[in-house]
Amino acid sequence: MKVALQNLTKIFPSRNKKQPKPVVAVNDFTFDIPDGTLIGLLGPSGCGKSTVLNLISGLLKPTSGKIFFGDDDVTNLPPENRGVGLVFQNYALYPHLTVKKNITFPLENLKGKDKLTKEQMDQMALEAAKLVQIDMLMDRKPSELSGGQQQRVAIARALVKNPKVLLLDEPLSNLDARLRLQTREEIRRIQRSTGVTTIFVTHDQEEAMSISDLIVVMKDGEIHQIDKPQNVYDDPVDLFVAKFLGTPPINVFDGRVENGKLFIGDEAVLDIPSVPNGNVDVAIRPEGFTLDENPVLTCDLSRVEVMGRDISVVATHNNSQNPVVRAIIDSDNLSSVNGTKVKFGVKPNKVFIFEKETGKRIRF
Amino acid sequence: MEKNNLKAWLYLLPAIVFLGLFMVYPLFDVFVYSLEEGYSSISKTYFGVGGYNYSYVLHDPYFLQAVKNTFILVIITVPLSTIFSLLISVGLSSIEKLKNLFQTVYFLPYVTNTLAVGMVFMILFKPAPATTNSVANLVLGWFGISPVDFINGPYWAKMFVLCLYTVWVVMPFKILILTGALASVDKTYYNAAKVDGTSKFRIFTKITLPMISPTLFYLIITGFIGAFKAYADAVALFGADLNVAGMNTIVGYIYERLYATSGYPSYASAAAIILFVIVLTITCINLLVSKKNVHY
Repeated sequence: MKVALQNLTKIFPSRNKKQPKPVVAVNDFTFDIPDGTLIGLLGPSGCGKSTVLNLISGLLKPTSGKIFFGDDDVTNLPPENRGVGLVFQNYALYPHLTVKKNITFPLENLKGKDKLTKEQMDQMALEAAKLVQIDMLMDRKPSELSGGQQQRVAIARALVKNPKVLLLDEPLSNLDARLRLQTREEIRRIQRSTGVTTIFVTHDQEEAMSISDLIVVMKDGEIHQIDKPQNVYDDPVDLFVAKFLGTPPINVFDGRVENGKLFIGDEAVLDIPSVPNGNVDVAIRPEGFTLDENPVLTCDLSRVEVMGRDISVVATHNNSQNPVVRAIIDSDNLSSVNGTKVKFGVKPNKVFIFEKETGKRIRF
Repeated sequence: MEKNNLKAWLYLLPAIVFLGLFMVYPLFDVFVYSLEEGYSSISKTYFGVGGYNYSYVLHDPYFLQAVKNTFILVIITVPLSTIFSLLISVGLSSIEKLKNLFQTVYFLPYVTNTLAVGMVFMILFKPAPATTNSVANLVLGWFGISPVDFINGPYWAKMFVLCLYTVWVVMPFKILILTGALASVDKTYYNAAKVDGTSKFRIFTKITLPMISPTLFYLIITGFIGAFKAYADAVALFGADLNVAGMNTIVGYIYERLYATSGYPSYASAAAIILFVIVLTITCINLLVSKKNVHY
């Protein structure tokens, strides 16, 4: 099912009398989610990701704007009539019911002509359980399951009624690192095998990059960029997106453009003839530095961290906005880094220039 | 290991001494008294040992009346007060405006003195000297029902007032505990149920009730025990001489036997042991039933 959001806005009235400014959680959201894709809503905490999810599920009513599932306007439909499956951050499994009862719970709500017999419900529950590979745990209580298993039960419960849209709210945040890797593959596999349009919320950029078809990067209730994960990384539209994606984080410098040359400090780093003069923010990905080509940027060397395949050169620069400048370089170059100074060359496609005031990308 | 054991007992000593001295020993002592015929607390003498005290108490019409009154009180007030408290708590949790005001109003009876509340009920139900009718009868009169003497009149009327009074007095505590229990149920359960299209009734029976069942069960058990120990409420309504009013309770009977002019501590002890056995039995039954129905 294709999901379309049109000018979706959600404003929470202020409850604090001292600060009567309403909170704009979601501001003028417009985007289409193609049928059968896995979308990651990515942003720092408090940016309105979960609010978007709750608006799509119907638990919250938008202040203005419309939501379409396919061609149907569902903006005013209550959650139960939208046919969405929602997996909560803490899973919200009913602790007093067995896994099987938890999974059949949504089916037992069906009334009238949709009413199912007990055998049908058991059959559907078993199918959903098999899909997430928990069919051997059907008689356990949630408290007798591990975090990863509870997560799967929650997904099975959301999938059992064949939802048009599957919504996952921070699905991996309660799992440990190893389980997180495993479960995100699992979510990808389940999504592929059911083909259900899936929207998931995360603040972990790595998580979003690794499994999403499309990433929506948002901040303070506004969309900054929607694109394929690699494009968002390679071609950020503004400084926020550039900073938010990537580990280690991108290196940001105070720079200026003079007569078609980009300066960091006193050194001319790049030729950019089309950009007018002025102060800019220069962002360089850690892998955008080189040691072999003609060096353009001199930094004070702090230390070298060896990581096996790569080395991480940690240095400082007076114009750096980050506390340190970090460069990821092939470990073959280990021997050439010594002394108190290090001179880097840069790869032009890994260098981004942004306007000082607005943070907007300046293309060159 | 040995040393650890000694240490453990040492830690337990204060609790054991106090509990033993003030709870276990008196209980044991009461049991001994209940078997001693004609014990006199002044001369510390008795005639003999046996079940005579029990036989006397069980054949005493006042005691039988007290048992009957107590059981009626328990059977009517415990379920009623629990159900009403639950309804009011659910109502309180679903309103937003004036919630605190209502909570305070519902909690008032709890902090009000029993005898003062009894006075209020007297005014409600007893014919005041100046007017010909009590407030209750005035209201009944509007519906064309002839006046009833709720304080000195027929048994059912007096029992009605006692039950009403008891329900009203015990509800605040239950409401307080239940609103707390309801507030502690995680909201995401309700959201999850809502997304799945669960009806309000089903949410209540399938999610809310099981979630608060431990609290509910605690209230039912303490409710039973409290109702079996009722005494002050009856005094507040019907005066000190409950036997004459026919509204005595088991605790009232024990008290009277202990301090009446013809004091028979032995009878009081026997009655106390009988009450203990009744409460113990009911609590055990409660525990057995709850094992099936209380979750976690």
